[in-house]
Amino acid sequence: MIELQDAGFGYHEGAELLSNMTLSLQKGMFHFLTGPSGAGKTTLLRLLYADLLPTSGRVIAFGQDLRGLGRDDIAGLRRRVGVVHQDTQFLDHLPVAENVALPLTVSGHAVDMTALRDLLGWVQLGPQARALPPSLSGGERQRAALARAVILSPDLVLADEPTGNLDWDMSMRLMQLLIELNKSGKTVLVATHDLNLIRAAKAQVAARVLRIANGGLQLAGADL
Amino acid sequence: MRRADLKALRLRALWEGLVGRDGGAGERIVPPTGFTAQLTLFAAAAMAFLAVFALALALATGRLAERWSAELAQSVTVRVSAPSAEQASRTQAAMQILLTTPGVGEPQLLPEDEVARLLAPWFGPDMPVDALPVPALIDLPIASDDFDAEGLRLRLEAEAPGAVLDDHSQWRRPLVSAARGVRLLGAVSLLLIAATAGAMIALAAKAALAANGQVIRVLRLIGARDLTIAAAFVRRFTHRAAIGAAAGTLLGMAAVALLPDASAAGGFLTGLGFRGWGWLLPLLIPVVAAGVGFLATRWAALKMLGAVR
Repeated sequence: MIELQDAGFGYHEGAELLSNMTLSLQKGMFHFLTGPSGAGKTTLLRLLYADLLPTSGRVIAFGQDLRGLGRDDIAGLRRRVGVVHQDTQFLDHLPVAENVALPLTVSGHAVDMTALRDLLGWVQLGPQARALPPSLSGGERQRAALARAVILSPDLVLADEPTGNLDWDMSMRLMQLLIELNKSGKTVLVATHDLNLIRAAKAQVAARVLRIANGGLQLAGADL
Repeated sequence: MRRADLKALRLRALWEGLVGRDGGAGERIVPPTGFTAQLTLFAAAAMAFLAVFALALALATGRLAERWSAELAQSVTVRVSAPSAEQASRTQAAMQILLTTPGVGEPQLLPEDEVARLLAPWFGPDMPVDALPVPALIDLPIASDDFDAEGLRLRLEAEAPGAVLDDHSQWRRPLVSAARGVRLLGAVSLLLIAATAGAMIALAAKAALAANGQVIRVLRLIGARDLTIAAAFVRRFTHRAAIGAAAGTLLGMAAVALLPDASAAGGFLTGLGFRGWGWLLPLLIPVVAAGVGFLATRWAALKMLGAVR
């Protein structure tokens, strides 16, 4: 689905934050990506949805090298990859329901109101459908972001520290939704530094845990 | 504008911009922006108001040039100057020549009272014109292209001394040329007005895009193409340009309608206005303004979006 082939990235010339990263995300798999703050978890995720291009090596998404993609191709790629950002951003002038349906709107699809209501119900945001994003709590924002990320039924869902600002109960609730997505056949990659969350989730889903350390990517130890 | 931009140009988007309202989901992705909205409306209205006058000027001078050109081609005058004793015989000789000149109608000797009326503005009504050595004036209508002014001039010189052919060209041609120049000026003014309106709308669109950087970032991350993002801005600015221009055009037309009537005063300036079907022409201004708004916003949006990854 998406492969990193000796990929590296540096924000400054000559100094790579990430280097020689090799990874293959296969259909239906659940991955955790962990590592200390500033290790490059967000950067790696940005490489996967073509927000950044590798400074070395290659990123192959759905059979295509990201370097060869035009702007419209990248837009097409992002419709196949749902992303939940750490600092989830919405269009604050539109109600939650319209924000969640935005990927459909901008890709020219009609909005099925019944399906939209079902989706909002799944993330338990039915009552907030007409609320504006600034009025949502942190947990509600993350669940709205997850609903927006999956409305186009993407092949891959990336979540960047989705539980960063949430309490334990809300974190587990969100994780439960991601596990349900994986069980429905979606590939999921969650970047988090919360090892307890990873341990709790692994009790429910067979997940591979990757760790970024010293700019490289490795499988986590037996403790995870 | 790149070829790809032109290829992606959709007339449907232009039409939607003209008739649509800012209520659809496509437009709603861009938050309302008060300042740029008012700037676009005002710029379009002001430019349309000016365009109405430029159009009226171009049409009025066009009419004037055509009328003068037509009159120039319709008749000539033969002026016979001679001592009083020979005036009648020389006039008669000139008339004989004119009667046998090909391509002309029947020559008409202007009566003395008509000549006196023509001279009155210069000498005053009390001047005894018959006491002056006033030349006889013969009006000669031109009937066909066979008329040879140069040939007639030479014949008069040889056979009717003192008779001079005046084809009015000396004083009318510069006026016709000036009128055509003013008409060209009006057309250039229209182009400049369109270019200025386009520049102002492009600036307003750029300001709106810059103010909505966060919105654009979100839209891109969820898979919106540049064309989709640009279309939201394009429709909004096309709509505003058309509405503003329609208001400016109506005001301009009302102002032109209130100008003094040409027939009342008779001068050129009072003839500045529209006649008959000409009143329909200003109604094209809002359509052109919408087109200018569409192209200017589209160009600005795609250029700006293309510069940011």
